[in-house]
Amino acid sequence: MVKKMRAVISVIGKDKKGIIAKVSGGLFDVNVNIEDISQTIMGDVFTMIMMVDCSQSALDLSQINDLLQKIAVEMRVEIRIQNEEIFNSMHRI
Amino acid sequence: MFHVNEILQTIEMIKSRHLDIRTVTMGLSLFDCISDDKAKTAAKIYDKVCQRAGKLKAACDTLSARYGIPIINKRVSVSPISLVAASSRGFAEAALALDRAAKEISVDFIGGYSALVHKGMTDYERQFIMSLPHVLSVTDRVCASVNVASSKAGINMDAVRLMGEIIKEIARATADKKSVGCSKLVVFANAVEDNPFMAGAFNGIGENDCVINVGISGPGVVCGELESVKGKDFAEVSECIKRTAFKITRTGQLIAKEAAKLLGANFGIVDLSLAPTPAKGDSVARILEELGLESVGAHGTTAALALLNDAVKKGGVMAASYAGGLSGAFIPVSEDEGMIEAVRKGALSLEKLEAMTSVCSVGIDMVAVGGQTSAATIAAIIADEAAIGVVNNKTTAVRIIPVEGMTDGEVEYGGLFGTAPIMKTSPYKSDGFINRGGRIPPPIHSNKN
Repeated sequence: MVKKMRAVISVIGKDKKGIIAKVSGGLFDVNVNIEDISQTIMGDVFTMIMMVDCSQSALDLSQINDLLQKIAVEMRVEIRIQNEEIFNSMHRI
Repeated sequence: MFHVNEILQTIEMIKSRHLDIRTVTMGLSLFDCISDDKAKTAAKIYDKVCQRAGKLKAACDTLSARYGIPIINKRVSVSPISLVAASSRGFAEAALALDRAAKEISVDFIGGYSALVHKGMTDYERQFIMSLPHVLSVTDRVCASVNVASSKAGINMDAVRLMGEIIKEIARATADKKSVGCSKLVVFANAVEDNPFMAGAFNGIGENDCVINVGISGPGVVCGELESVKGKDFAEVSECIKRTAFKITRTGQLIAKEAAKLLGANFGIVDLSLAPTPAKGDSVARILEELGLESVGAHGTTAALALLNDAVKKGGVMAASYAGGLSGAFIPVSEDEGMIEAVRKGALSLEKLEAMTSVCSVGIDMVAVGGQTSAATIAAIIADEAAIGVVNNKTTAVRIIPVEGMTDGEVEYGGLFGTAPIMKTSPYKSDGFINRGGRIPPPIHSNKN
């Protein structure tokens, strides 16, 4: 079994139609698997956190990031992809 | 799965509170470059730095993209050049090789143009020190340091006197660039061998061939977190700083571990220092003010800094497998927006700054004084700092710039070096004291065996 390469994708911005569809569609195209997803809307600020596994994708993290940044510009939201280890380091002992 | 708030806290720290990895510094031993020929030594130095550190920048860029955290500086520290070039006496040639190598591999500073003369100074070390004005005026990226005192050996006052004169000469040699050469020289007491921060970094003689030392940052993060304990007592303040320092340091530990792996180097240390920059929201001074002082420099500043320094270490040391380097809050004047403002409005004097250095790292750092300041006065400032370090078993340092042609006002260096307001020194002379020469013996408590 291939070792998982988990990353956290965070999307923050003004709520509008199609954000989840755009991001998840983009990830599907490059074979990134979404393992978990949560979203909240506070006021009109939309926050979505996705846990993804990139191990099946032919792209590396920075290439996936390039793709996400195109979506970010189009949807006018901020998108980040970060290896989960930084959150493990900071929030888990 | 992480809680949304955890994810957002990390993002907030990076995005709004200037959380970053301040420096990934590769320590390199150059002892295998020693030869009795100047050109050959210089060529070996250039080759080794380019070969071992050639991928440093690329590795840091990879990690920065992987974890979504900026890595601000990529740097190299090398074995003390006073020893590496002792046999060939090609000190300037070695410095030029380091400068060229730094440019070739795109690192902004390379440290280790250094000498350790805390107990005595050999002929070649004197020759090395005499080369500093020339070297620091013809190179751009080479950083120098000289250790003049230690708790075990006391204070080499001959070296202290000489460094006062050398600093004046460097100021004159770089007068056309606002005496900026002095910003690339640190005079230490109890210098550490694994410091990742410039200008004082060098790879100590007890170090491995190739090590990764990481300096964390995050004064803005600490300041932001402290807003949640406004008006609370010191136990809660200390807990808050410890928790924050732990999180910041864990990111440093992660980057250090992964960088060492990518570069085939040994993991060295994580330096638990809060390092400010001139950017707003990245200031150590503002943390002290958040603790309840109207301005840094007010009475109570030393106590506040002692608390901060201690809490950062307690939180950080739990998060790092090896803590080292300088590990303490930095209080450089020109590189901290809050410190600059305090000096401008007369709230912070050189005397208060000196008191602050007794409870934190590192010392009188990035302080500009008038060009009329004598070599003996500068030597005396160094001696005072060295005494604080030697007696308290800690590292202290002086990085002072007697700006040629200026007596007051301020000097704009730009970038990380920031803006340095000229600080006032005592009008009374110290010449009689400095001219005695010799060595101040180590304190009685250094005899621990």
